[in-house]
Amino acid sequence: MERKTDVVVIGGGITGTAILAALARLDLSCVLAEKEPDIAAGTTKANSAILHAGFDAPTGSMKAKMNVEGNRLYHELQNELNLNIEWTGSLVCATTEEEEAQIKELKARGEANGVLGLEIWDGGKVREKEPNLSSAIRSALWAPTAGICWPFGMAAAFAENAVENGAEILRDCEVTGIRFADGKGFAVETTQGAIHAKYVVNAAGVFADKIAAMAGDTSFSIHPRKGEYILFDKTAQDKLVKGIVFPAPTKTTKGILVCATTHGNTFIGPNAQDQDSREDTAVTTPGMDEIIAGAKKLVPELPMGAAITQFAGIRAVSDTNDFIVGESKTVKGLYHAAGIQSPGLTSAPAIAKLLAEEIAKVSGAKSKANVKTGRPAQPVFRELPAEEQAALIAKDARYGRVICRCETITEGEIVDAIKRPCGARTVDGVKRRTRAGMGRCQGGFCGPRVIEILSRELDIPVPKVRKDGADSYMYEEKLGGGRK
Amino acid sequence: MSEIYDVIIVGGGPAGLTAALAAQQNGAKKILVLERDREPGGILQQCVHNGFGLHHFKEELTGPGYAQRCYDLVKDLPEVEIFVDTMVLEVRKDKTVCAINPKRGVMELRGKSIILTMGCRERTRGAIRIPGTRPAGVYTAGAAQRMVNMEGYIPGKKIVILGSGDIGLIMARRMSLEGCKVQAVLEICPFSNGLTRNIVQCLNDYDIPLHLSHTIVAIHGKDRVTGITVAKVDDKMRSIPGTEFEIDCDTVLLSVGLIPENELSNGLGLAMHPLTSGPIVDQRRETSEPGIFAAGNVVHVHDLVDFVSDEAEIAGKFAAKAALGEDSKASHDLAVTTGENIRTCVPQHLRLGSEAEKVRLFMRVTRPMRGKLKLKVMSGDEEVFSKPLMIAKPSEMIAVDLPEAKIGALSADLVVSLEEGK
Repeated sequence: MERKTDVVVIGGGITGTAILAALARLDLSCVLAEKEPDIAAGTTKANSAILHAGFDAPTGSMKAKMNVEGNRLYHELQNELNLNIEWTGSLVCATTEEEEAQIKELKARGEANGVLGLEIWDGGKVREKEPNLSSAIRSALWAPTAGICWPFGMAAAFAENAVENGAEILRDCEVTGIRFADGKGFAVETTQGAIHAKYVVNAAGVFADKIAAMAGDTSFSIHPRKGEYILFDKTAQDKLVKGIVFPAPTKTTKGILVCATTHGNTFIGPNAQDQDSREDTAVTTPGMDEIIAGAKKLVPELPMGAAITQFAGIRAVSDTNDFIVGESKTVKGLYHAAGIQSPGLTSAPAIAKLLAEEIAKVSGAKSKANVKTGRPAQPVFRELPAEEQAALIAKDARYGRVICRCETITEGEIVDAIKRPCGARTVDGVKRRTRAGMGRCQGGFCGPRVIEILSRELDIPVPKVRKDGADSYMYEEKLGGGRK
Repeated sequence: MSEIYDVIIVGGGPAGLTAALAAQQNGAKKILVLERDREPGGILQQCVHNGFGLHHFKEELTGPGYAQRCYDLVKDLPEVEIFVDTMVLEVRKDKTVCAINPKRGVMELRGKSIILTMGCRERTRGAIRIPGTRPAGVYTAGAAQRMVNMEGYIPGKKIVILGSGDIGLIMARRMSLEGCKVQAVLEICPFSNGLTRNIVQCLNDYDIPLHLSHTIVAIHGKDRVTGITVAKVDDKMRSIPGTEFEIDCDTVLLSVGLIPENELSNGLGLAMHPLTSGPIVDQRRETSEPGIFAAGNVVHVHDLVDFVSDEAEIAGKFAAKAALGEDSKASHDLAVTTGENIRTCVPQHLRLGSEAEKVRLFMRVTRPMRGKLKLKVMSGDEEVFSKPLMIAKPSEMIAVDLPEAKIGALSADLVVSLEEGK
């Protein structure tokens, strides 16, 4: 099938969905192409889930500008899009004299970048805030504007709002080539047919250089850098931290941190492993040993028995080490949001705003007449008071049936996650939208039930239900004849 | 205002159903069982193999057969009500149970006694930190068992099972019977953690290799499992470099331990035991909170459902007595502690009055032992009980009934140990 649109956004991570939401508010038709079965399936699903204050990046860099602006925008968007964010503040801890000098430098840099409220705390005050931190910590940089967030939920929020404003999201839609159509514009070849468009936005994460090259722009390359994490059960939080705790940074990374999540879990990680593969997200024994050793410098007693899962993500590092945001120098109409490593999550709304403004300028597009703000209400059963829970069950009995017992997620919420705009289509998609399967049993009990619900609601047979990736089929028909 | 039940039972598996029957037999008039699944019976419904009930019902039953038997014994009793499809969200110290189901909505139920019979859950890949990718095709053995036996699908065709616990062994046979190829069963310990009869009937009979002291060091595959790397482990269970080999498979099933499901107990603030991961109970299976009892796998993971039922009978009886105000007052409290070669023992203490009382101890040993063994229960210098054993394995629960006549007179804490013959 051939499609015609004003803008194609390639990549459905946090950056692509934020850009789509911003573009969909203009009087432009927009299509997003994502190669995986669901959005937020790449770096967005495996990162530190932190909204950084903005003191890390060199003053004047794109990273610094986008970080500070993005952080500010999230404070505005939080209510509108009902985003799961907690402004916990962050600490960068110093254990040596050199590191103390380093955090003072960070403070000065942050102030130059426009970060508000930075303070240096002594060790006593640091441990008052986070009692499990090492007694070796001499002082720390406190940044009150940093926060923790739920990245999948935010990408879903951007996607839903974009769809509400008329954008189309194609999943399982891999871009295979980019042609220049006769006269003007592009023909973006995909596994779901060609999409003709005047503008192309490249938000393809670790594949952004490949997409750029398809259009003839070979001005940059992306270097994959893997980061591994260990996630802990909620019961372990008392032994870990309630906010964000960094060590003093190294040249390449912000270091191995100990950090809370918006749902009461805690994680340690990431390490930073440069690699050739853009897809190898295997967790390794040396990697886990490294992050355990690193985290112990901050919290000496780690409750390893409460670990519930490990994962790894790949950061898309550009060869300039800065974000590449704006129109391609060589291909007119092609816009990059590339090299989006940390603080990419924080920067997404700022990058989206900048690109939408540029495209509005060249296309002459104005704001839509009836821009829809927000997104459809999404009841979270476990967070409601008893009277509202009762009312919800009375209205829809499926909210009275708990499917995921670890996280108390009801059938009503799972069906809603599937039926929403750009709804879940995979088991992990359900997990990322509702948290079903995210608890201590890791889907042991609810997995089969979620598969059954996906099969029923999507009207596909059970063997067609996928976990996450394109070919991640989970169960098969029995040998010697299917189900009677 | 809501009705007040004599006994509310959280969980309608074999423990909950047996406890309901025992409560009824001991005079409770209003008993409510809350079950989260669509039907009562708990995990037994997916255990379609036989071997259940030899002790408790004196005949061999399948899992669903055993569950049905438990259910049949209570289903027509006017004193017993069962709500299925019902999730308990909270149990409070005042014995209010907050629960929801699609028909009745949000419920606040009051009980005079509560029995916790929530069972256990499986340890996951994340809990044991298996390195590698995270594709489809890695399941806990129990989840796969439900899909195969209840939903009618197979998890894959070329299977490796990690862990030689009973569920792993049973699934090795089950997958073979479904026509799948079970490539290997891997066990990190130098001994199997399953019942001997399951090693024979589930592995040996199907020529499935069991690799002791081996574990998975990497799972491969992007979207779906394509294979694993296995290595031998040393006596500290660390993989030994240079011993790695690959196994081609599309599915990894994990049978790496069971964990009592005690979120509600923790919410209640019950005193818990660090090794059993269950509530600390006395011989009546009363927890640290008066009127709140617990039995079965939620207290400590049993090997046989028969023992689960035995323990539930105790809890059901005393929960009913407590509800009716018939419980005898305890005059002294004795600890039951573990001595040589015993890892865990339940109950952890005895609350004794003047009357004679039946006391049944369940225990597990720390390591496999053979030869002339002697199980001993000492109270101070006095030997309360002893019994010769030929063999003891961590995977098999040892059950011991202390002589009733001696119980009333006990005055010193008990120590349970297993001595090796000289």
